[in-house]
Parts: sequence; structure tokens; C-alpha cells
Amino acid sequence: MAEYIVMPKLGFDMREGVLNNWLKEVGEEVQKGDVVAEIESDKATLELESQVSGVLLKYLAEAGDVVPIGANVAIVGEEGEDVSGLSGDGDGQTGPESTLSPRKEEVVQPEEAVAEEPRLTRAPEAKAEPAADGEAPALSGADGTAVGEEYPEGTKATPVARRVAREHDVDLRQVSGSGPEGRIRKADVEAYLERQPEAAEEARPAARFEPTPVAAGPDTSEVEMTRLRQAIGRRMAESKTTVPHFYVTTQVAMDEALALRKQINEKLPDEQKVTVNDMIVKAAALTLRDFSNLNASFAGDKLVRHNRINVGSAVAVEGGLLTVVQKDTDSATLSKIAADNKAMIARAREGRSRPDDFEGSTFTVSNLGAYDVDHFVAIINPPEAAILAVGTASQVPVVENGELAIGTRMKATISADHRVTDGAEAARYLQAFKGLLEEPLRLLL
Amino acid sequence: MARITMRQAITDALREEMHRDETVFIMGEEIGVWGGTYAVTRGFYDEFGDKRVRDTPISEMAIGGAAAGAAMNGLRPVAEFMTINFALLALDAIVNHAAKLHYMFGAQMKVPVVYRAPGGSGRQLGATHSHTPDVIFAHFPSLKVVSPGTPYDAKGLLKSAIRSDDPVLFIEHATLYQVRDEVPDDEDYTVPIGVSDVKREGSDVTIVTYAQGLQVSLEAAERLSKEGIEVEVVDLRTLRPLDMGPAIESFKKTFKAVVVEEGHRSYGVGAEVVARLQEEAFDFLDAPIKRVAQLEVPLPYSRELEQMALINPDRVIEAVKEIL
Amino acid sequence: MDKEMLLDWYRQMVLIRRFEQRSSELYQQGKIGGFLHLYIGQEAIAVGAIAARQEGDHVITAYRDHGHALAVGSDVRRLMAELMGKATGVSKGKGGSMHLADVERRYWGGYAVVGGHLPLAAGIALAEQYKETDNAVLCFFGDGATNIGYFHESLNLSGVWKLPVLWICENNQYGMGTTIERASAVPRMVDKACAYGMEGKQVDGMNVIDVYEATQEALQKIRSGEGPQFLEMLTYRYEGHSMGDPLRYRTKDEVEKWREDDPIGILERHLLEEGLATKDELEEIDNAVEQLVEEAVTFAEESPLPEPEALFEDIYVEA
Repeated sequence: MAEYIVMPKLGFDMREGVLNNWLKEVGEEVQKGDVVAEIESDKATLELESQVSGVLLKYLAEAGDVVPIGANVAIVGEEGEDVSGLSGDGDGQTGPESTLSPRKEEVVQPEEAVAEEPRLTRAPEAKAEPAADGEAPALSGADGTAVGEEYPEGTKATPVARRVAREHDVDLRQVSGSGPEGRIRKADVEAYLERQPEAAEEARPAARFEPTPVAAGPDTSEVEMTRLRQAIGRRMAESKTTVPHFYVTTQVAMDEALALRKQINEKLPDEQKVTVNDMIVKAAALTLRDFSNLNASFAGDKLVRHNRINVGSAVAVEGGLLTVVQKDTDSATLSKIAADNKAMIARAREGRSRPDDFEGSTFTVSNLGAYDVDHFVAIINPPEAAILAVGTASQVPVVENGELAIGTRMKATISADHRVTDGAEAARYLQAFKGLLEEPLRLLL
Repeated sequence: MARITMRQAITDALREEMHRDETVFIMGEEIGVWGGTYAVTRGFYDEFGDKRVRDTPISEMAIGGAAAGAAMNGLRPVAEFMTINFALLALDAIVNHAAKLHYMFGAQMKVPVVYRAPGGSGRQLGATHSHTPDVIFAHFPSLKVVSPGTPYDAKGLLKSAIRSDDPVLFIEHATLYQVRDEVPDDEDYTVPIGVSDVKREGSDVTIVTYAQGLQVSLEAAERLSKEGIEVEVVDLRTLRPLDMGPAIESFKKTFKAVVVEEGHRSYGVGAEVVARLQEEAFDFLDAPIKRVAQLEVPLPYSRELEQMALINPDRVIEAVKEIL
Repeated sequence: MDKEMLLDWYRQMVLIRRFEQRSSELYQQGKIGGFLHLYIGQEAIAVGAIAARQEGDHVITAYRDHGHALAVGSDVRRLMAELMGKATGVSKGKGGSMHLADVERRYWGGYAVVGGHLPLAAGIALAEQYKETDNAVLCFFGDGATNIGYFHESLNLSGVWKLPVLWICENNQYGMGTTIERASAVPRMVDKACAYGMEGKQVDGMNVIDVYEATQEALQKIRSGEGPQFLEMLTYRYEGHSMGDPLRYRTKDEVEKWREDDPIGILERHLLEEGLATKDELEEIDNAVEQLVEEAVTFAEESPLPEPEALFEDIYVEA
């Protein structure tokens, strides 16, 4: 029965040893306790005592080899035993388990999955409102600081001054500092605010919305809101109160689309299967080619039309909602859309998103079809012009050629910005969108 | 209520605890027959006898270790190091033995020992007798370190230390022994270890301090008040475990802070307090947090020279005004 | 000293020997970490001295402490578990080889800092004196420790306060790799005792019976008010100072010579020659010990590691 001689740990920080020379030959008898080799750690030359008895059958390390502790260096067994198949890799009889190796379990709880704050979607060409008139600061990013603005040389301001400025949307470059070397201090920001109460209020009406206070007590419990949730909240409040929304709903016959999807997916492996949402997104994108007003942004006295059609899909993640963006959706094939969306959604759910995943959307699709929803109305993602909300495709009684039949119908509702479009246009958009889905072969182009 | 000195408060605490619990005894150099080099234990030898009042040879390592050994075996020794400078000789016995045994042996034994040691600079005693090495002891996780700045706190904290089942280093200051304050008589009160205390309220600047620094800060506060500047003074009282609650709460009101300590600036108590303030109240910082501490020099004998290196109300006032 | 006692001592020494050999193997396999100081060769001292104690007497020693832990009767399984850092270890896995302890049996532990436990011994004795008992403290330390400041201060304190400590120097001829002649101005440890008002006595530390008798006599003196006592027990450690010792400081011949006086061998010869035991009886004890040690290893290997929360437990008694 073959057993192994192992490189022993002979010092508290010994990690490997050099096998200087063998003191026993292959074929020699070895008793437990015999010195079989001379080894060297980086501190000393030491003796390797065998912990097994038998005939030394094979060397697994040669003189001069550097061997990690616990690795096998020789095989001992009965005379004549066949050990040609034994290489002695990894564990030997005296299986080494270093108690010094790092513990596998984490002592500390790992950080939350969504570590990085994702930038919310923004149209690539939409310009920020100019700050030159000193009133309205730039659009906020996720954490409320001015996005896309760089303070020259880094404005000197104390942390509390920055916080107060943030809370009141004060542009620190407008504030003069009384601290050493012009450092802006809390009092300076407060003085600035006192001098211009109206400007501060007008600039960001949404930020003035204080929630109706609710008394905390034994019947209530408080939960921290994630930053993501807070950011979504701010943007949706802003959108709802500043953008004149209107809504149009249509009902799409999905039978053909579902049948085509089934056909396509039959031959595809799971990770490449096309979802209903992929088809909806493609349909929405293709239709936008003829409705450029809906692929645009309101810019005061002008309309900024986007040259690319990038459709964002809303994805539910822990603590909120993220929108992953498919670039050039109109010209992307269904399979590319399927693959990209799958990848981006996975990344979003695992908190490994790339900034690019969220950038540049020009139109958004929000799909609650998985939840048995008849229809719903979404809030536009500024600075986009519209958002399409899609419900569940379900079997319902329908009238065809004057007769009752069963069909699969899905409701789609577009919310649109009345500053850039009107009801008729939105309705025509829906009609075209519906048409594509009802003759779905055109989606394969 | 009586106005007594801090020395008296410590003496009273010791005496009361020795009467209350017969496992409490004291040991140290010259504490018995001499009565203590700072007269803290004057009269104890006659009152309690030589079993409970033990004069030791000049053997700091043995004092540190034997006190721990006696504590392991069921007694509650209060061992005195003549000054905290000499306690450095017993650093191994205190931090490597007394403080570690409960943890290292899986809670098989407890070491309810109290080490008393007076420190304090400014008495022309020369470089080796004038340290404030508090932070060296406060660095180690399993030792408790307290340093009161008032007679009231001294009495209450010493009682808590003696009654505590953990090893405690009780740091006194020779310069504070004369400070007088109201202390309830005939009341068996304690002050909890590990709890800071606001000694003076104010809204302009927060001062975080302890022991000698407390007295210096209170004096500075009085003078600043005449100029209309009101500082809030937070007394840490315990260095380990450190209670930053009141200091942070105060800082969130004033947005500015100064730490005042008798030890050297580098790697001192201030370094720890400043680190925690900015960690836990970063968004409230309106100015750099200042540290007023002993200058980075060995203390010389010559009086004027020595005084220059020490903390005093002038330096505290200057620091406060710098950040206002 | 009857046959029962002698056989028990034999069993204890074999247990220590086997435990140490097994620990050495486990260390080389990486299952025991840190430092490992083996007691092989010195078994007669722990066994003989501790056998002489009365129930209330305390034991405290330095880091070569496995022998003492076994001699006071600690649970072998929990000692092995401690060496492997498991939660079931005597010190909950937080002490390791150098910090075994069994306070219930009045064994206050092993200590890693040379001499660090000497004043602790004085303090434990001080408490016995304070409580007016006649219990004593057996404090073991090596020849190297007689040169550190702790030795001087602790022995002096015990002398001046007449503390009931029996200071036992296990002189194994080396302080790590340094011979006595190179480390100590006074080469006989027993000669240092008079500086502290004690008479010392040299004992053959390889003979468990001599150790027992000398300890008994010394404890007697302490209890009759003669103050602390000092014993120098001459012995030898067959293995290095600790695992990984390159052993450059002594020759193989020297080791072989001391092996002729193996304490277990000495007792074995005595038992056989005096007809107090047969070879079979002794072999039976050997096998039982072997089994006990293997059980301890299995128990230790199957025991769980400490929970992460344990890292923060017991820092203070009162949080």
C-alpha cells in the first residue's frame, strides 16, 4: 500500500523548502522516524524524517528542487509495488491542510450589490440649460451635484458649505468665500442665500417640494431610502411637474408576433432566445425613423432631434429601477438586441453595470407584461420626448369579420411631451408601431 | 456637598472602597509608611494594616505583574506607580499580561486590577519625569484607560474602576491634585467608565479635551466668553473605550473643533479625535480641526523654557480664534 | 510512593511524550501553526512536581507548557483542539500552544513572554497569603529566564514578603540556542537563590521520584513558614527549542548522551527491576495512551473553528 513522504512544515513561517539531497536510495528500507533527506528552509538546514515505513519506491522530487510544504516528495510502499501511475500531485496520505491558509469564509459581510451609483440616462446631444444667467444651475445627476460642470481649480469650500450649497442648489462659483485664501464657509453660503431668495426658489421648483410630514411613532417604522430610489424620485417628480404629459393607448394583436418568435426561438439555444420585449423594442425603434419628433428633446425655443435611435428598456433592480440602453436600435438585428439586452440586464442586476449601459437613450420602453397588467401609464424620462408603456399580452375575446374569436391582445400606452408633439402624431406613431408588430416579418430586416 | 480637592476625592474613594470590599487592597512604592509621595494614602497604613497596605520594593515590573496575579486569584488590588513615567517600566506587565489574559485564555480568568499613576508636566522635574504617555496605554484594545479632570469625576471613576472586573489604568495628574470642586459627601456615587461629558455649553466652537486639558480649556472658555465667544467643552474622561457621542453631537452644532491635550501632538489623543470627527461628521466640517498639545520636545528643567512647551489658555484661545 | 502512584506517573509521562510526538507530526503537516515548544525529555519534572501538590496549590509555567497541562489532568482532547485553534480548545482557540490553561484545576497557563509569568506567580501567592490559606504556587521557568528583570523582581518580592511560591527552574542547559555559560554570570541556577534570601537545591530532573520528593520537601518548608523556596531541576530537551530549530548550537553526540537518561526509561527500569510492574502492564498503558491521543486528534480535527463573532468576544468582561 503506497504512502507518501511529504515536505514538512518546520517553522512557523515556512512556505517551501529546498530538497538539498536524498540520504536514502530508491529501493532502501525506511522506518518511520528515519532521516531520509536534508532540506533547507530560508532559515536553516534541517532533517526530513519519514512519517511512514516501507521501501522507498520512487522519488517525486530531485536534489535541488524547491518544494512547497505539504507537497509529496517520495513514495514508500511494498517492494515491487507498481507505482508508475502515481504522480503524487496534490494530496498525499498525510494530506496537508495548512491552518495558516486564509479562511474561505468571509469574516466581514460583503458590500451591497449595487455599489456604484449609475448615471441616469441622458440624451447625448441635449445641452444643459445654460448657467450663464446665474439662475438655474445645470441638470442634476444622480447624487444631486452638478453634472458635467467642473469647478475651476476646484473651488475651495468646506464640506458643510458644500452640503448647504447642494441642498439649496447654489452654484459655489457664485459665492465669495471669507475663509483663508478665499475658502467658502457655511456662513458665506448662507449669506448668499439670504441675498437671493427668489432666484434660489425659482431655479428648481421641484426641489421645493417638501414631503407632507408624517409623525413617527409606535405605529410606524423608518426605512432608509437607497440613493437610487431617491434619485429616481427627484427625477420623476421633476418630470411630472414640468413636462406636459398626454397619453394615447392602442391595442396590438400579438398573435403573429408570438408565432414568429416561437419559430425563431425553436432553433436557438436558451441564451440567445429572443424575448417579446426585444421585438417590442425593435418595433418601437423602427417606427421612430418616421417620427423624429418623438426621438427628440425640448430645448426651450428649439427642438433637438437625435440622429441616433437608442431605445432604453426599464429594468427592475433591488431598490429601484434602471434603464439599460440599446444603441442604434433601429438598425440592430433582433438577435443583437436580444443579446445586448440580456447582457445589460444581467449586469444591472449584479451591480456590475458599465456607465455606457445607461447612457444616451433617446426613447424608453417600459414593459410590465410579466405582471398581468392590462395597461399602465409611464412618466417620461427627461430629456426624452416620450415613453412607451406596454402591458401583458393575453388571450381575450375579439371580433373578427363580424364573428367572435379568441385573440392575443397587448395594450401599449405612449406618454408624450406636448411641447414637442400632439395627439394626432402620437396616435399615428402607435398605429405604425402596431402595424409592425402585427406584420412582424418586417422586424427581421 | 463639600468643596474638596481632587487628591481628597481620590483618597476618599480608595478608603470607602477598602471599607466596602475586603478584597480591595493597595500596593506600591512608599504608599504605606510614607503615606504616599502625593499623600493620597496618608493614614491608610495605620487604618488598614500591612496586609492591605503593602509597601513594595522599587520593582515596577513586579508591581505590575503581582497586582495582576493577585487579581487573577480573587482579590481587587489597586497598585500605584509612583508616577506614570515609571509605569512605562511595567508596560509589558500591564498590556501584555494584565490586559490580555481574559481574552487569551478564553475567558477562564478575569483580572480586576486597577493601576493608579499620576502624571503631569510643568514642575521642572526634567525630561524623564514629565511625560504624559497616556496614548501609549490607550492604544491597546483590552485595557481600559481613564483620566478624570475634576474631583467629582475622579472619585466616581476610581470607584467604577475598582468595582470593574476589567483591568483599568487610572491616570491622575499631580498638577490637578489641588483643584477644588463640589463633591457630594456621604453619597456612594460612581461615574461610568466610557462616557464623555459636556462640562460647559456653547455654540461657537467645540473643545474636546480631558484631565489637565480640561482645566486649561475651562479657563480659556471664561476669557473667550468675555469677548462674546462661547465655546462648548467636552470632557472625554475615558480614553478607552472612547465615547465620541457628545463630541460629535457638539460638533454638529458648532461645525468647528479644537482638541486640547497635555501630551505631545504627534500620534496623540487629538489625532484620534480628529480622525473620528472627520469620519463621522465630514459634512459638518467648516474649518480644519486644530490640536493644542505639548510641543515636540523633551521637557527641559529651566522653568521659563519648560513653560513654553506646555499647553495654556493663551494657546487654546489662539486656536479657537484661528478657526472662527 | 506506592505502585499505583508510580504507574500513574509512568502513564502521565508516556502521555506527555506521545502527545508531543503527535503534535510535532501535526505541526509538520501544517495543522498546528505559530510556535510549538516540545517538552520531550523533561516529562519527569512536570509529572513529579505536580504530583506533590496539595489540592489548593497553583501551577503556572512558561510556553513549554503542554506537559504541565497534561500533568494537572486537563482534557487531552481540548488541549489538542487548542493547538489546532478550534473553538473547543481550552482557550477557545485564542491562546494556542503557548497559552494553554485550566483554571478550574488551578493551572494558570503557559506564557509567551520570558519571565512574564513570574510576577503573576508572586501575585497569585500573595492572594493565598492574604486569604490566610496554606496553599502555595508552583512556578516553573527555564534557565534562560533567570537572567531577565522579571526574575529578579519577582523572586525578590517573594523573598521580602515571604510569599508561598516554589520557584522551579527547569534547567535544560540551553536558553533557546545559548548555553548557560554564555548567558549567565553564575552558571549554577541554584546559586542565584541566595540573592533573594532563599536556599536552593539541585535536583535530578530526569528522575521522577527525585523530583517528587524534592518538591514535597520544598512545599513542606513553605507551609511551615520558611518562605519561598527554589529548586533547580537538571534536565534536557531532546528536540529543538521549537519547531524549525536548526540545532546549530549542540552536537548529536550530546543529545544521544542525554537520551541514555530518558526519564521514561529510568522509571521503566525502576518499575521492572523492583518487580512493581510487568512489561505487559507497561505496554498496556502505552497502548491506552496511544489510543487516547488518537481520540484527541480526531476530536480536534472534527471540531469546528471559532465563529467570526468570537473575534470580538471576551475583550472585556464588561463590554
